[in-house]
Parts: sequence; structure tokens; C-alpha cells
Amino acid sequence: MSNTVVGHNLRKVDGVKLVTGGAAFTDDIDLLGLLYGKILASPYAHARIRRIDTSKARRLPGVHAVLTYRDVPRVPHTTAGQAWPEPSPYDTYLLDSKVRFVGDRVAAVAAETRAIAERAIQLIDVEYEVLPAILDMEQAMAPGAPVIHDEPDSTKIYDAEHNIAGYILREIGNVEQGFREADVIIEREFRTQRQQHTPIEPHITISWLDPDGRLVIRSSTQVPYHARRQVAMILQLPVSRVRVIKPRIGGGFGGKQEMLLEDICGALVLAARRPVKIEYTREEEFYMARSRHPQILRMKMGTKRDGTIVASQMTVLATTGAYGSHSTTVQGNTGSKVLPLYRAEHMRFECHVVYTNAPVAGAFRGYGCPQGFFAQEGVVDELAHELGMDPLEFRRKNAIRLGDIDKLSAQLGEGKEGLPRVIRSCGLPQCMERGAEAIGWGQKRAAGHAAGGTLRRGVGMACSMQGSGIAGIDWASAFLKMNEDGSFYLQVGASDVGGGADTVLSQIAAETLGVSLDQIVITSGDTDITPFDVGAYASSTTIISGGAVRKAAAKVREQVLQVASRMLDTPVEKLTCGENHVSTVCECSKSVSMSDIALHALYKEKFQIMDGASHFNTDSPPPFCATFAEVEVDNETGKVRVLHLATAVDPGTAINPMQAEGQVEGAVAQGLGFALVEELLLDPEGRPLNPNFLDYKIFSAKDMPRFTTILVETEEPLGPYGAKSISEVPINGPAPAIANAIYNAAGVRIRKLPIRPADVLEALKAKNQ
Amino acid sequence: MRTLSIDLTVNGEARHWTIAPGDLLLDVLRREGYFGVKRGCEKGECGACTVLLDGNPINSCLMFAAQAESREVLTIEGLAHEGSLDPIQSAFLEHGAVQCGYCTPGMILAAKALLARNPHPTEEEVREGLAGNYCRCTGYLKPVEAVLAVANAQPTGRRRRHE
Repeated sequence: MSNTVVGHNLRKVDGVKLVTGGAAFTDDIDLLGLLYGKILASPYAHARIRRIDTSKARRLPGVHAVLTYRDVPRVPHTTAGQAWPEPSPYDTYLLDSKVRFVGDRVAAVAAETRAIAERAIQLIDVEYEVLPAILDMEQAMAPGAPVIHDEPDSTKIYDAEHNIAGYILREIGNVEQGFREADVIIEREFRTQRQQHTPIEPHITISWLDPDGRLVIRSSTQVPYHARRQVAMILQLPVSRVRVIKPRIGGGFGGKQEMLLEDICGALVLAARRPVKIEYTREEEFYMARSRHPQILRMKMGTKRDGTIVASQMTVLATTGAYGSHSTTVQGNTGSKVLPLYRAEHMRFECHVVYTNAPVAGAFRGYGCPQGFFAQEGVVDELAHELGMDPLEFRRKNAIRLGDIDKLSAQLGEGKEGLPRVIRSCGLPQCMERGAEAIGWGQKRAAGHAAGGTLRRGVGMACSMQGSGIAGIDWASAFLKMNEDGSFYLQVGASDVGGGADTVLSQIAAETLGVSLDQIVITSGDTDITPFDVGAYASSTTIISGGAVRKAAAKVREQVLQVASRMLDTPVEKLTCGENHVSTVCECSKSVSMSDIALHALYKEKFQIMDGASHFNTDSPPPFCATFAEVEVDNETGKVRVLHLATAVDPGTAINPMQAEGQVEGAVAQGLGFALVEELLLDPEGRPLNPNFLDYKIFSAKDMPRFTTILVETEEPLGPYGAKSISEVPINGPAPAIANAIYNAAGVRIRKLPIRPADVLEALKAKNQ
Repeated sequence: MRTLSIDLTVNGEARHWTIAPGDLLLDVLRREGYFGVKRGCEKGECGACTVLLDGNPINSCLMFAAQAESREVLTIEGLAHEGSLDPIQSAFLEHGAVQCGYCTPGMILAAKALLARNPHPTEEEVREGLAGNYCRCTGYLKPVEAVLAVANAQPTGRRRRHE
């Protein structure tokens, strides 16, 4: 029987309040006595606080709390919103006597107005001992380099003395032997930059004490449950004394997979005994929130003359900035999710993640993969050219396929050994075929076609994959109960951050229960009300939280059928749910409405139809993606104009195809910015040079090239209704596809992001000499 | 603190506000409960705080509330009439043009102003009309489709095409 809710383009369940300006976001509440919190940020990249005098600030009328490191508990922790025990180093403190980047916390105040808070910050008198800083990641491990984490109480740092937050080395087969067997070997270096998430809603937290004295935290977070655990630990409260509420979130993209303002806001509430709001300004968001880890990658691949890849090796140097949030896990992904895309017998991944006195990197959509695929897909393109093969053919020949087992993932999990990945669904061949068709690959490959004057046009492609949840770690739960009118309350810990999770999860529940979407009333992300969920990250929500919803709904459906069975005097096996009714499947064609079933259960049988379920997977099925770009390069100026990006994605089943397309388009837009323009720049002292939207460009509606989005649906056995994931994988493609298209157009290889006209021009000049 | 009183119209209703001379329109609107007006950058760069002032889209973060004296302000809360959504609001839902929804009020108001002065814009004109409203979620494809769908559904549009 075909699905009636799953697979349909239904309106977002939270859509009406969003288009009418309903009070839906963190800041959309009014609290009596609300104070305004503000953080004093370090002006130095590396310094020790020798003396700090807050007396003038404390005396300012309207100031209710001033906190420095002397006033708060010192609890080493990570801000990374990860499952306990977090694989990221515990190298961060609520407030510390040392600052490690421009923007690091020095002190915090809470005052009656924003103006008073800003004035109070200025009145804090700080004497710094400025220390030598490291901003160049290639200098971080050098002998004699200043040690950024010299404090004795941080833990889980790989080698603090040499500024190494994390180190990874994994090998399957024997790459040395593999390269000896190879006929063609290419090794290249690639560089990627510091990209910022720029959610249109900057980070914001509002916190207060409820009448029972419990700390309530209303926050723009992707990880309410992790934030609750972390805040409780840092503020030394029992978890039961903390409640985290996630309202609607104005974009996250990984930047809110971080406990970032919740701890300091809570500390100010406890000090002032008044409600406090802290929000980042746009400028603060750029360098006091998180960014994508910059990397230097050396990618080496060897093939046989017939085009069979035998060995691939990636060596990465990455910087996590001043704190190691997500350091080994993002970089682990750079290897584990990238190299296995091609079936080399021998693979090796080595990575150093170093501290620098730069803004802190963290989770960002793609989670290490955009960097890795930029390198790998560039080398793959070069190898194809070297072998005289069509890059599309070369990829088809070597790409991972149905039934394959990815062994690298078994070695490289979330900060520890992982689990092997078995490919149970794979639409990559169709993605390549349909993407190629959309871009006109066959016709347009004829190298370097002129487009008039100094303009040259070309096409390029890239393939990528991701995961769907972290195998063996990510888990979720869901709870359902039935109301008198036949509707159901669905409670999930999952965190819709704008991607439409509430809608997708409601669709899964409605489909399973045989009711229309409007019969599901969802509540998500409130630690007092909803059951546990790790949160919105690692492309996990649809497959993991959706899996929990499907299980819970199946149990509730069973209860519904039991009651209906008694009402209709028909055995359960002869009943089915659909169209808000339970009906018999025999000739007698009896039926009873969901509302009558609910009334009967509640008032005749004295029984609440309700149940919950938990769910996790021991595998992380990859969604696949093929990205095709057509570009126009101006030989005279080096300017690159992207004309068309065609993205074909295999997300398993698309629970809501329209929303799935939206995820692709948003990811492609961010990938396009990563490819061409986005970079947070620092001056030699570590100060941000462009922390605003005038100087840090994100694309507007009129900057966008033509997009084509193609969903290639497959059936994933481990996913609810066959779904895998979609939100991350399409971000990996634009940068390498555009770089490869530039080569096709103009004959130059650009291996540094973002691809600036000046770099293209320089490469063109070098080529022509 | 010095205060001043102003009279203006918000969403068709007369309002009398007591404000400080330096108060920004964005801050006063939010203080008065118009939460659909969003704070995104406070520098007139992102467009999240867009409202219509006498029908024209403006960044309310760049304007003093005092400058709204005797003017007509339309926020997203004033767009739906008697419970029925404006066609642009409906189109945003039907076309999947809303993801996180934070830029949505500003973008819908920009579209409203665009269609008021140009009922049948080309795709280029729609993109130009929305260029002051950053969205980090959608890549703009579906918002542009939604606005074009509204334009194409307007009866005068059909007439004009037949001319």
C-alpha cells in the first residue's frame, strides 16, 4: 500500500507561526526584571590576567552582577555538544585567568539595560601580561612555540606541550605497498579557510530561576540535553535542577552544537538572582562563536594504468583555534567519510589538530568532509586527466557500491574505534548519471570552450558521501499519547533547528498511525517534557529520531488496534489504521473513528493510549551526492562566475521531498560561499578583520547561479520508511566541482579556498609563462 | 532620562509611544510585542528587521523610532487578515520557502513591497527585490519561486500576458 503522509510535500507543521511572526524564537518573550548580560572579550590573542578590578563596574547603578574567574567554579570541560563522555578535550573553563584568543571571555556582567551592561564592561580594569601568540598553524608544533594550554588541570589533550589537541593515524592494508603497485601517483597540497556559520539568528540564551529555584535555560541550541548536562556540571548543580528549553532556532548549521552561552548566562542568573539574557551581536557571532576548521591537506592517490585506484593517503594539519571543541571528531571525519568513497585496497589517514590563538573552530555542516572532498576530488580529477579517462567514468569505476564494506569507518569512529559500514543502499551511479545529464556533461566536456572575448567556459564534477547519525553512539527517544479527539501528542527530544525535523517526525508518526498530519501535535526539545535525544547533528535526526518515532508510533498503533478490536468485536489481525479510522479488512467493512477509540479508551476502559521508544543504529548509512558545476572564467581578470550547479542526492526515501530539496539548496549555497568568497580573516595580532556582512560576504538572492536539485531515492533498510539523511552531504560538492570546472575552462588548478580572482589570475599567468 | 511621545500607525492601528530619543525602531517594535521584527545584525546588512514604512521596505535597525512619527508601519503581524494568510505567506508555505523562519518575515515584507510596485516581476526583478534579505537556509530558490507564483496568480497578470 502506498504511503499517504510519508513522501508527500506537506506544509511545515510550524510554518504558520513562522510566516505570521508568532513569538517562536528564544528572544520572543517578555520577562519581568530581565537583565542584560554582556561578556568582556579579550583584546589579546594570548595573555595572562595579572590583575582585574571590577569595583567601578560593580558600583555602576543598574549593575547586578560582575563575574571574573575568581567568582565561579573552575571545572574543565568542552563546549562541544557531544554524547558523554565527550571525545573533545576538557580544556575550557567558565572563566579563566588566561585568555587564548581575541574574543576569549575575561569577565561577564548583568545589568538593567544593554547600555548599562556595555558601560559596565568598559569599567572593568584589567592588567594583562601579553604572551607571544601563535596564529600560523604550521608554527604551532615548532620547538619553542608558546604553549597555549599550559594549565595543569585540562584533560584529554593529546600533547599540550606541543599544542597538539588531537592526533589520528589509521591505516587499512599497506599504503607503501599500494603505492609501489601503482602505475600513476599524484600527490597535491590543498588549503581550506575559516568559514563562519552566520545563522541569521546569532547565539542567544535567556535564563531564569523558576519558583522552585530551578535554573531554566531558554536557548538557541541544537543540543538541549547535552547543554543541560554540561551546564549542571560547570555550575555544580544536579541535572534535575536545570531545565533547557529549545524554542524555534534561527539556523544552526553546527554552530549551535555547542554549549556556548548557557553556562555564563546561568552563572549570571545565580549571581544576580534575576532573569538574564545574553545574545551575541553579529560581530561577536563571527569570532566568539565557532567556525569551520582550517586545514592543510596532502592528498596522494595511486592507480593502475587501467584506472583502478589502489592506494589513497591523506595527511592533514588542522587548527582548532584556542580550544579543542570537536577537534579530533571533525578531523576524523575528514578521513573516515572521505577516503572510503573510492575502493582503494590500501588507505592511510594521518592528522594533527593543533591549537592556535585563533577563534575556536567547531562543528559546521559537513563536519570535516568539505575540506576532505575538496582535496580528494581535486586529485581524482587530475588522475583521470593523467590517465586520459573521463572523470565521470573514472569515478564510476572506482566508487564504493552496494554491498561494499567500508573498513576505514571501523577503525575511525567518534574519537575511538568505530563500526564497519555496510552499504545497504546506494544511488550514487544514478546521481552521477542524472547530474551529468542536467549539466550537459557530454556536450560541454570539450575542453576550454570560448564564450566570447576573454571568457572561457567549462564543467566539473565531484562526488561525496556523509553519514546518517554516529553509529553506536547517537540515539533518540520519542513518546506518544492519544487525545479525546483522536489526535496524538508527539514528544521528542529531537531539535528542529529549521531544517524541518518537527514536520518529518510528525509525518513518520502520522503515517505509522494511519492519521492525517494535522492529527499530530509535536513538542520538541524541552528537557522537562520531552524524552532524551542527543540533538540535531551528524545528519542523525531523520534516521535516528525518526526511527524512535516510528517505533513509538508502532507500539501506540498496537494499543489503538487493541481498543478498536474490543469495540468492533474483531481480532486485531483483521484491523488496519488509515484515514483517521480503524477499519476491518474483512468483507464486513466495519470501522470506528480515532476519536471514538480515544473516548472509549479514556472514559470506558480508563486507559491512556500512550507509549514511548528508544532507537539507535550500529551503522551509519551514507547518503550519496554528485555535484556538477558549469563556470565561466575571465582569463583577463581571474573572475569566476558559476553559471549552474546541479546536485543529485541519494537521501534514501525523502520523507518530505520539498523539504529535502530545500536542504540540498541551502547546503549548496553554503558550499558555494565556501568555494568562492567566505573567509573570516585575522590580522597578525589575531584580531578579526571582517566580522560583519559588508566585509564577510554571504550570497544574496541575486548572487545565486542556477541550481538544479535532483533527488535519487533509494530504500535504506536501517532507516524509517527507507530514509537516510540529506542535510550535510550536498555541501561537500560545490568547491571541488567548481575547481575542476575551472580547470576544464581555463586549464589551471586552484587548490586553495576560497577561490579568489587574484589566485586564478596568478595561476593563469604561471600557466602562460 | 529624557523621553518623548510619538503617534504613529502600526498594522492599521493608532499607537502612542513614549520613547527615548535614541531608541531604534527595531527595539521599540520588539518592546511593544511585535516579535516578528527580527534582530540579525543591527547594521542594516541582513534585512531580518525589515518592516514597511508607508509601504516601503526599510531596515528598522537603522531608523530611530522617533522618525516614525505620523508614519504607517507594517510588520509581519499585520499582513494576515482576519485569520487568512496573505497570498505571499501561503505561497512561502506551499513552496517550502520557509526553513528556520528567522529571515522569513523580512523577506515576505520585501516581497509584499515589490509586488505592490511591480505586480509582475521577472525572476531577475524578484531576486533584486529580495537581495536585501539574507537567508542562510534556503539558497533562495524556493522563496523566489514562491514570489513568482504569487505574481503569476494575480488576475491582472493573466490579462497582461494576453495583451
